[in-house]
Amino acid sequence: MAKVLMKGNEALAEAALAAGCRFYSGYPITPQTEILEYLSWRMEEVGGEFIQAESELAGINMVLGASAAGARALTTSAGPGFSLKQEGISYLVAADLPAVIVDVMRIGTGLGDIAQGQGDYWQLTRGGGHGDYHTLVLAPASVQENADLMVEAFDLAEKYRHPVLIASDAAIGQMIEAVEIPEFKEHDIDKYDWSIKGCKKGCEQRKIQNVYYTHPDYENYLREKYEQMDREEQRYENILVEDAEIVLVAYGISSRVCRETVEVAREQGLKLGLIRPITLWPFPVKAFREAKSAKGFLTVEMNILGQMTDDVRLATQENYPVDHYGSIFEIPETDGIIEKAKEMLKKEGV
Amino acid sequence: MAKEIICAGFGGQGVLTAGMLLINAGMEQGKNVLFYPSYGSEMRGGTANCTVKVSDKLIASPVSKNPDILFTMNTPAVDKFEDRLKPGGLLLVNSSIVPDDREYRKDITVVKIPATDIAAEIQNPKGANLVMLGALAAHSDLFTVEYMEQAIVSFFEKKGKGKYNEKNVACYRRGVEGK
Repeated sequence: MAKVLMKGNEALAEAALAAGCRFYSGYPITPQTEILEYLSWRMEEVGGEFIQAESELAGINMVLGASAAGARALTTSAGPGFSLKQEGISYLVAADLPAVIVDVMRIGTGLGDIAQGQGDYWQLTRGGGHGDYHTLVLAPASVQENADLMVEAFDLAEKYRHPVLIASDAAIGQMIEAVEIPEFKEHDIDKYDWSIKGCKKGCEQRKIQNVYYTHPDYENYLREKYEQMDREEQRYENILVEDAEIVLVAYGISSRVCRETVEVAREQGLKLGLIRPITLWPFPVKAFREAKSAKGFLTVEMNILGQMTDDVRLATQENYPVDHYGSIFEIPETDGIIEKAKEMLKKEGV
Repeated sequence: MAKEIICAGFGGQGVLTAGMLLINAGMEQGKNVLFYPSYGSEMRGGTANCTVKVSDKLIASPVSKNPDILFTMNTPAVDKFEDRLKPGGLLLVNSSIVPDDREYRKDITVVKIPATDIAAEIQNPKGANLVMLGALAAHSDLFTVEYMEQAIVSFFEKKGKGKYNEKNVACYRRGVEGK
């Protein structure tokens, strides 16, 4: 397919259809409303069901229903709207149901604002709702990756019968780039041996309910499920990590700036590298093995508390100094990141 | 080649369309392109602007701290962005609206074009942005004058607006001429 110009949010929406998604229900909130706007006309064209729900809660719970019936189902939100989805996500996990949920991150706690932010890292990677769970979390860094990871998200959701979150942000959602939409594939709503579709007399009854109540070995089942995700699904991109003295760690919109920062810094003789997590959970611990010359790690995130530094400390077993370049409102800037990296090296006495 | 452009003006003047026309032209040449609109509580008649990047390399940030080219269609746009233009950069000014006696930085190239008046004369008032694009093509090495014209025509044709509008091309060409 030829490349077309699309907004990040629109590419997400179109790619969901390409992945065989035929059910959407959600509620508008900036900066993700273009997803609803787009699907409100486009879903009908491909014979799917689009519902603008009365609230985020209704949106996520209709997704649960559609998923229980075997459909590839999607909902999206941002900021406070994404918080409202958490109960439903917990229920999806409990019932072993696949679904894709997008968070187009905006800035701030509470109402915050509509500008881009990366402040939902903890919420996305630590469960977010009540209970003992993780979700897979994919973090696109371009409009093309918005499309590609949407297809991947549906496949992973199906593989694990588990919700998969996409951590986009307002900048990636609002910007327009050239994108090639993945090829359309069909999803057969009747292909599962677990989905519920109405039981005629004599057929075996199926139930969707909390696995906790029914699984004979719930403890090991749960442990193995998450261990398998951790083993098989870590995704990342490493850029000049091997000989880097300071390794930047950044995802999404911040990682794009960091890629440029590595290049600019090296022109100045400063050896920076970049680990770009593509899965935020499982966190790509494997990526850190390549950092053989590192004297420290610097996360670059659009939040103030340095939410990802926790995971970097765990990945490096606290053997290295870990610092954080945070920005709020503004997308990180190369000069500032280089300055911070130099400060770190000075502190380490190099 | 890597160029950063900010297009700014009143909502309704076609600054966002101008940005789209630029990235479409870049994409069709196989370049990396990015368009980032300002967004928020925007309204018709309010200010609108977008950042456009066209590059042979991967594009990093969607924002531009120091653009190479400023495409300004009203006075607030010049007020807001002139200081950020790179030294030696190109400032395109819609002189139908921005007062003629305005003073500009000395280290930049200023091109004044009465875009709104020209578009009115051609009876294509929505084409003022195309007059500006003509001036942009003539005064920068982003695209050749001929290529930009062809890219504009194909953009509108692809959008399903049918055979190209002669008046659009007329606006563009007057922009290239600069008067």
